[in-house]
Parts: sequence; C-alpha cells; structure tokens
Amino acid sequence: MLQVLADGLIVGSAIALGAIGLTLTFSILRFANFGHGELLSWGAYIAFTAGGAFAAVQAAPWAPFSFGWPLAAGLLLAMAGTALLALGIDWLLFRRLRAQGAITLVIASFGAALAARNLLFFFYGGVPQYYTQELQIAIALLPRTVYGGLRFTPDQLLVLALTLASVVALHLFLGRSTLGRAMRATSLNPQLARVSGIDPERVMRATWILGGVLAAIAGVFVGLTVQLRPTMGMDLLLPLFAAVILGGIGSVWGAVLGGLIIGLAESFSVTLVGAEYRAAASFVVLIAILWLRPTGLFAEKG
Amino acid sequence: MPGIADLLSYGSFFLVFASVFAVMVLGLNLQWGSTGLFNVGIAGFVAIGAYTSALLTTPDDPGRVGGLGWPVVAGWIGAMAVSGLAGLVVGTAALRLRHDYLAIATFGFAVVVQLVALNAKWLTGGPFGVQFIPRPLQGALGAGAAWNLAYLALVGLLLVLAYWGLERLVRSPWGRVLRAIREDEEAAASLGKSAFSFRLQAFVIGSMLMGLGGALYAHFVGYIAPEDFLPILTFQLWAMLIVGGSGNNRGAMLGAYLVWGIWAASGGVLRNLVPQAEQARAAALQVVLIGVLIALMLLWRPRGLVGEATAVSRHAQ
Repeated sequence: MLQVLADGLIVGSAIALGAIGLTLTFSILRFANFGHGELLSWGAYIAFTAGGAFAAVQAAPWAPFSFGWPLAAGLLLAMAGTALLALGIDWLLFRRLRAQGAITLVIASFGAALAARNLLFFFYGGVPQYYTQELQIAIALLPRTVYGGLRFTPDQLLVLALTLASVVALHLFLGRSTLGRAMRATSLNPQLARVSGIDPERVMRATWILGGVLAAIAGVFVGLTVQLRPTMGMDLLLPLFAAVILGGIGSVWGAVLGGLIIGLAESFSVTLVGAEYRAAASFVVLIAILWLRPTGLFAEKG
Repeated sequence: MPGIADLLSYGSFFLVFASVFAVMVLGLNLQWGSTGLFNVGIAGFVAIGAYTSALLTTPDDPGRVGGLGWPVVAGWIGAMAVSGLAGLVVGTAALRLRHDYLAIATFGFAVVVQLVALNAKWLTGGPFGVQFIPRPLQGALGAGAAWNLAYLALVGLLLVLAYWGLERLVRSPWGRVLRAIREDEEAAASLGKSAFSFRLQAFVIGSMLMGLGGALYAHFVGYIAPEDFLPILTFQLWAMLIVGGSGNNRGAMLGAYLVWGIWAASGGVLRNLVPQAEQARAAALQVVLIGVLIALMLLWRPRGLVGEATAVSRHAQ
C-alpha cells in the first residue's frame, strides 16, 4: 500500500514539474500548448546525447546513483537547449499568430508538436533508450511488515528531492523577483500589467525559458525513472493537462498538487484495473474535475 | 509500364480513401468551421464508428462479443448513433467551459478509446483487431477493380449526400445561429439562443459524420486494428481542413483530396528513395511534413485555399 503511494509520488513529481511549465504558459501566453510534452521529450533526449558524449570522457557513476557528472552536465545543457527550442518555436510560429486568438495558437502548437515529435523519432528511432545500464538496488526504508513495506532506489529519492528544490526555487522567484512578479501580474490581468509598464514580450520570453527549463528537468526525470521514447512527451500530455486543470490554470502550487494527485491516481489505478488502463486515470480525473469544479482547486481567477 | 487496370485499381483505391476522409472532414468543418468547436479527438470518434459497424455486421466470433451479422447499412446507422452518443457525452462535459477545455477533453477521449481498442480483447479483438468485416456487394462483383469502383460510387454518393445536407443546414436559420455563437456568444445569448445547446447539436452531428467515415473505412479495408486510429489520423484531418479552408464545405472536401494526395505522393517518394531498413524512420519525416504544412498554412494563408465566403445580409446596403 505504501509502495503504491511512493510510486505515485515519483511519477507525480515529473508530472508536477511539467505541469508547472504548462500552467505558466497557459496562463501567461493564454493558450493550451499541446507541444509542451515535446519540450519534455526534447529535454530528455538532449540530455541523453550530451550525457553520452561526456560519458565517453569519464563514465564512473556517483555512488549510490546510477549516473555521474556526464548526465548532470547533460541536464544543464538540456535545460538551456529546451529553453532555446521553446523560444525558437515562439519566434518562428506563435509570435506571428498571437493576434489571431487562442485557438489558432492551439492548432499551431499541434502542428509544431507533430513536427518536433517526429523529428525525434527520425533522429533516434522508436526503440526505448536508457540513460544508464547500471542496475540499482532499492533501499528498504520500511520493512515488509509495515503496510507492505517501502522501497526506493537512490535515483528516485534524488528525483523527489530535486523536484521539491525546483518548486521552492520557483516559488521564491515568482514571489520575490521583479520579473517573477511581472509574470504573475501578466497572468492575472494582462491589460493592467501592460498599462503599469510591464513589457509583455519580455514576460513571454521569461515564461518560455522557465517552461522549457522545467520541462527539461521533468523529461530527464522520466528518462531516469522510466525510459526515453520519442512519444514520452505525448503520452504525458494528458496527465499534464489534467494536473493543470485540477490545480487551477495559473496556480503553481495547484500544478504541483495536481501532478501528485494524477501520479497517485495512475499508481492506484494500476492496482485496481491493471497497468493497461493506467493512462485512462488522468482522463477520469479530468472529466470529474470538469463536471464538479471546472476552475480547479486553486483557481487564481474564474 | 503499369496497365490501365492497375491504374484504375490504384486510382479508385486512392479516391475511396480520400472520399472517406472528406466525409470525416465535413464533420470536422461543421464543428470547427461553422461552430468554432476545437475537436482533437477525431481519431476516437472515427474508431468508435468503425468498431461499432464492425461488431454489428461481422459473423459471430467466439473470442469476443458482437458479431451480430446485421446488414452493412444497419452497421453504418449504428456507427453514426454510437459516435453521436459519444459526442453527446464528451460535449456535455466540456462544452459549457472555455474553448481549450474541449480540446483537452477530446484529446483525452481519443487516448482512452485507443486504450480500449488495444486492451479490451473481448470487445475489440485487442491488437489483432476485427477481421472479416463484410464488404458490401463483393459477392456479386468480386474483389477486383470493379468492386473498388462500385464502393467508390457508394462513398461518393454518401459524400454528396452529406455535403448537400450540411449545406442546407449551414444556410438554414440553425446554421446562422451557429455562426452567430461562434462570432459573438453574448450577442447570440442576448437574442435568446442557448449557446450550449446549439454547440452540442453541432458537435454531435459532426461526431456522427466522423463515425460514418470510420464505418466506411472499415467496410472498404475489411479489417480494423487499433493502429488505424492513432492520433496521426486526427492531425491529417486537421491538415485537410486547414489547407482546404475551414468554414467552407467545398474547401473541406478539396483539402481532403489534396492532403491525401500529398501524403500518398510523399510516401511513394520516400519508399523509392530510402532503403528498406530505414523506412520506419523516414516515415516520421512524412508526419513532420504534415505538421509543417499545418504551421505554414496558418502563417501564410489562415483562411485556407478556398476559405469561408463572407456572409453579408442581403438587407445590408
């Protein structure tokens, strides 16, 4: 029982990080970006390629983790690369379409996602990849006798800790820095923000950068705890949207909580109806929240 | 040197597929072009239509339910009914809310349909799909070009029927209300029109056409499997509507033939240029092309090749 909870938290932390980026772009850029999942995949694969190149230099993992500095450096490169990718797509595509309204942007994000995902497929093929071939022994935190026991691999514990650290850092950024405050103001009332002298283009660039960075971290976590596939981002898109709507569009803590709830729902659905229908759990949560409380749990505004 | 029979056979094969897509795109055009409803779960509605008709018309199979052996026409009517019902359920959940919610809900719907198609062996045959779907009139015409042409005529007739019906609908007062809601919901509401109920009607009718398209596909190919209804189908249909011109039924149909032509031609080129071992990877480039096509059309010609006719009241001076 406890183990199901723990697995849900691991899955949920990647969803939460992705959902924060999505909720920021959703509320500041004002459209549902169906290409956000592809930012996760691209982040994961950039780290894969960079990590592979660095590993040729020196490959010994940091005990007790399954990877060493090559992947850590790969993660940094992935964060930068994914932010650049997001900025590039915005510059090429979304910037020119902003005047035409949200739905045109959604359709455009569809086309962009399709191209981005299949380019990955073209470069890397459809076979799943792994960051490392190292096998990890799970540490038993609680013995089997206590509610079925609780086991984590060191990688999983690191993922949980880094998720927490990223969320806290983001919270401080949005609350304390001028740029973060400008972003929140734009999300709440774009007209008022513009009138009070906030440069909307600058806020949008910051949003894409943040969204890309968080997506890269989330993508690497998925790659670390599951595997890399060109479709990994698309498979995560529904959980991401469910988490964003569950938390309330624009709410960072809502996205975190929403992500964790979706992760837990997936994890528990595996024990209830089997792993085949795991992905349907997000849809059930999504429809339930649309029926009951469409503004989400922490709506910043209606 | 391909013979005239080969050409006829391939031509009718191509045209049947394009015409089936045209039926689906007409459904999408009612939803998006006329009403502004953003459906990204088309593949789900198409799959429901295809599987419904297959289960109603195939001979009995001990491995799964269905296999009622009904006539094909009953299968098609059933396909439209069940797809329409699915549209009703999804629409009721999402149409009261912001536009983006419908996109997300329909996307999730298609994911779930795909999961059921893949895993519910008792219902859908699982990954192996449903086989022995009857091909109407094949007993009389054989399996060759003659049957292809006959089926093309049948699909063409249904396409013309759907076009004619939709044109009448869109030009009726009902269609004007749809456009009024699309353009300015509050103005329409102030005239006493319930936006939700009109949207739901348009969404259900569009979903029924997608279901019919799925059934037409199933009875042409003779078997269906989950990979016939992947998200790429949704993207292809969207590309067709955007290229042809949303809001215009003729544009929607033109887009279907054109984009399917581009798809088939690019597939042929890749097959000839790329070695066998690399074809799966090269096929991804074909999909990239569809994505780029959507983006380019939005940037350079957002109204599509034909585009919606500007509606001006004849009373206006």
